[in-house]
Amino acid sequence: MQLRLFLILTVAVAVGLAAAVSPFASARPDGLEKVAQEKEFLDQGRLVDVQKESPLAGYAFPAVGNERVATGLAGFAGTLGVFALGYGLAYVLRRREGGDAPSGAPA
Amino acid sequence: MIELPIALHIPDGFLSGGVAAACGVGAVAAVAYGLRVANTELDEARVPLLGVLAAFIFATQMLNFPIAGGTSGHLLGATLAAVLLGPWLACLVLGVVLVVQAFAFADGGISALGANVLNMGVLGALLAGFLVAAGTKVLPHTRVAFLGVVGVVSWLAVMVGAAATSVELAASNTVALGASLPAMLGVHALIGIGEAVITVAAVSAVLAARPDLVALVPKELTATGAPATRPVEGTV
Repeated sequence: MQLRLFLILTVAVAVGLAAAVSPFASARPDGLEKVAQEKEFLDQGRLVDVQKESPLAGYAFPAVGNERVATGLAGFAGTLGVFALGYGLAYVLRRREGGDAPSGAPA
Repeated sequence: MIELPIALHIPDGFLSGGVAAACGVGAVAAVAYGLRVANTELDEARVPLLGVLAAFIFATQMLNFPIAGGTSGHLLGATLAAVLLGPWLACLVLGVVLVVQAFAFADGGISALGANVLNMGVLGALLAGFLVAAGTKVLPHTRVAFLGVVGVVSWLAVMVGAAATSVELAASNTVALGASLPAMLGVHALIGIGEAVITVAAVSAVLAARPDLVALVPKELTATGAPATRPVEGTV
């Protein structure tokens, strides 16, 4: 499979999962949250100020009434945002080919 | 009602300042080393892969699957990232995912960010890097053996992360180790099975489509995707 096609397909799958499947993911408490409930330290958790202004706090897209739609939109935006950030970071950091460096597996 | 997101990484308030800072130092050191490694090892072909993998792990971390006892779990992704990109670039990938989650999604604390990167990224990625390489040394270079190792390591990485979380909570005087460790390991033994299934499926798919993108795979499996025991055609 062509590299470009493979990468585009993978991003499409990720965006699809985050946008269309995550709204139907289990809403049960996850591992740590469950243990925190049982052992009664869950209420020590808090959001710091900067997080209260987080644009997508709680994986809910702002100003969207429908909970599933809000989650799906947050997943859509988040996945593309993480992709852009990861790609951008990698692009800035990448190894500059100095001419004849081998392009195979990492040394 | 407590104002907490549905998917819960360690929030602020669970860890003492000292523990959070110590974890922060470890996480920053590992991610910084990942940045250095990127400079020497990240070739052009893997540049987009890093972004794609971060996006995939972010997306799958939203997919909580139900497990026994009214609990859910989701992929952590450290083993997946380590197998595809190597352990140090994996630290970088998980760092990107967890920073975005903490700041944009309020998922996981800001002072606890280092601990979350350490527990869900660094420890698992380094463990995976070490054990997959060790497995390649002692086991036959076949697809089945490789995927088997990946599965076992995925499970172990989740358990190590859960244990580390318990130790950090105990060191912070939040909850006694004797109380949280069995509970954390019990829940994450199940979550780890999900991690193993998803990781093996994902690695297996990449191995079928683009085996050259699997950094930690034995070389015999990258040439044609065929096990080493079969004749390998078209290789140098």
